[in-house]
Amino acid sequence: MLPRLEPRKEPSRLLTWTTPLIAVAATLVTGAVIFWFMGHSPGTALYTFFVRPVADLYGFTELLVKATPLVLCAVGLAIGFRANVWNIGAEGQLTLGAVFGGGLAIFLHGTESALVQALTLPLMLIAGVLGGMAWAAIPAFLKTRYDANEILTSLMLTYVATLLLSTLVHGPWKDPAGYNFPESVLFGEAALLPVLWDGTRLHLGGLLALFAVALAWFVLARTLLGFQVKVVGMAPQAAGYAGFARRRMVWVTLLIAGGLAGLAGIVEVAGPIGQLLPVVSPGYGFTAIIVAFLGRLHPLGILFAALVLALSYLGGETAQIELGLPQGITGVFQGMILFFLLASDVLIRYRVRFGAPAIARPATVAEGGERAEQGA
Amino acid sequence: MSPDLVFVSVVLTVISAATPLLFAATGELVVEKSGVLNLGVEGMMLVGAVVGFAVTTLSGSATLGILAAVLGAAAMSALFAFITLTLLANQVATGLALTLFGVGFSALLGQPFVGTPVEALPKLAIPGLAAIPVLGPLLFAHDALVYLSVIMVGAVAWFLYRTRAGLVLRAVGDSHDAAHAIGHPVVLVRYLAVLFGGAMCGLAGAFLSLSYTPMWGENMTAGRGWIALALVVFATWRPLRVLAGAYLFGAVTILQLHAQGIGVEVPSQVLSMLPYLITILVLVLISRDQAKVRLNAPACIGKVFHPSA
Repeated sequence: MLPRLEPRKEPSRLLTWTTPLIAVAATLVTGAVIFWFMGHSPGTALYTFFVRPVADLYGFTELLVKATPLVLCAVGLAIGFRANVWNIGAEGQLTLGAVFGGGLAIFLHGTESALVQALTLPLMLIAGVLGGMAWAAIPAFLKTRYDANEILTSLMLTYVATLLLSTLVHGPWKDPAGYNFPESVLFGEAALLPVLWDGTRLHLGGLLALFAVALAWFVLARTLLGFQVKVVGMAPQAAGYAGFARRRMVWVTLLIAGGLAGLAGIVEVAGPIGQLLPVVSPGYGFTAIIVAFLGRLHPLGILFAALVLALSYLGGETAQIELGLPQGITGVFQGMILFFLLASDVLIRYRVRFGAPAIARPATVAEGGERAEQGA
Repeated sequence: MSPDLVFVSVVLTVISAATPLLFAATGELVVEKSGVLNLGVEGMMLVGAVVGFAVTTLSGSATLGILAAVLGAAAMSALFAFITLTLLANQVATGLALTLFGVGFSALLGQPFVGTPVEALPKLAIPGLAAIPVLGPLLFAHDALVYLSVIMVGAVAWFLYRTRAGLVLRAVGDSHDAAHAIGHPVVLVRYLAVLFGGAMCGLAGAFLSLSYTPMWGENMTAGRGWIALALVVFATWRPLRVLAGAYLFGAVTILQLHAQGIGVEVPSQVLSMLPYLITILVLVLISRDQAKVRLNAPACIGKVFHPSA
């Protein structure tokens, strides 16, 4: 008998938090099989990919450095996803954050005034947030004014953002003393985020990410806005009757997501990178989508999910160096995690049953009435 | 070159640029008409491109390569169908996963083939007709996939609006509960539609790596999968409008390349933004008239179907 799915009366809370673990475990098992197919010892390869990178303290701080932009982007995206606003252009908003904040750093570069130096970093962070918000405002405007699908517009804008950054560092923002490489000047001390721990690259951005998590948790759990986001997402019609404006929700969620992604962009540029390059992110904005889902669209969950996905970046790098695996392996692991998660999420809302479905029996009137009552 | 020849060569490049969009958008149109939104077009195209390229290089047969591309991309779409239709997952999220996975997976498969040359698909000139001046080379001297892309649009239009099976597919997309109630196999119809969409993305990818460039490079689709998705909206789910839209976009792409060629004083990156900006523009122009969109949009698009609901 084929198994069939029977809806649960209520989604299972226990499974909501266990399916991410199932997904990660299934990814590891499948990963072992893939490594074996590619001619590597599965044990060694998994160790190289998932343990070696974080085996020492420096490696662990690198994990936090990689998790920082993921957390920032994912927290913003999660708020939107909760309200059914599908912004998938975080990568572009991140890039614009880098352009705005990094542009300011280049503009202020070499200024002697102590006041300007003291203000450089805060202004860069603000400019980064504004850059991301500005980029997210475009799909918000097109959605609310013209009903244009935000999935497609925000994604198209990602390509435009990448090209814009590339234009700038190939042209006006190229370092004049840089042997014609498409790179900006190296930022001065005043434009770099302070390192929290000497000898590592762990920077202030990590704390900003933690702060964003706390703030997002507070907003979602304790404010009217958080409640509205939830209602708009789960019951749009009820939200309409309650007078929560759908348009306002699109604007608010997109601006929050854009601002946080922009912050992630400037934090990358003023942190580990230290200058503007033609490409400033290895797809953090896209990976953040996976982080948001794996973290169950919950700020605290996102914190843990970001560590898992950050490990996939570090592991991919180590596997490239030590096993000669192609870079694409990171994307394969990231995609697999999301597949397994979405597939196992069926268990949250449905029970797997074996045997003949109740609906196949010739329903008597009494039974039909009973079912209708249960459904009500 | 004589003006005639310039005209012919420009139009030929437009046709080439339009063909992958035409395949992918026509396939996605059928998927969406059945009530499913598959955002994995970009990922499926990439897998089609790399599989088509690899099999052609290894076997020496482009026919085998194209078949493999179709099967490879269809296998990706089967994964999507299983997760969304059998396991009832969110279609938007699953489609995104398919694209993210496809980008990485194609890079992994394609690594040994980067920089390998391949012979472009042969042009099949139709005897007699191809000799007509101007029109001959424009219409009757393409490779097999270009002919196939146009034939597929016609076939899909005929299938959707002139056959019983097409009517069932549209019914499933417009109201899966009603279609289920009168006994149509909703899930089966959607599986078939999704597989067809995957196969078409495979053809789109194979055309890119075997005819348009012809070579394999990581992420070589460069957003064409997403433009194809936008084209379906632009066409308000009508096959013949997809044809018009694809050629319009092909023209924009080529215009941009030619502007770079004749030395327009704008950085090349700015011109490269054009196709994406135009996509946004046409989306806005179409979407602002919601009455027109609703007329043809499948009502059940993206909704999960479970017979108990």
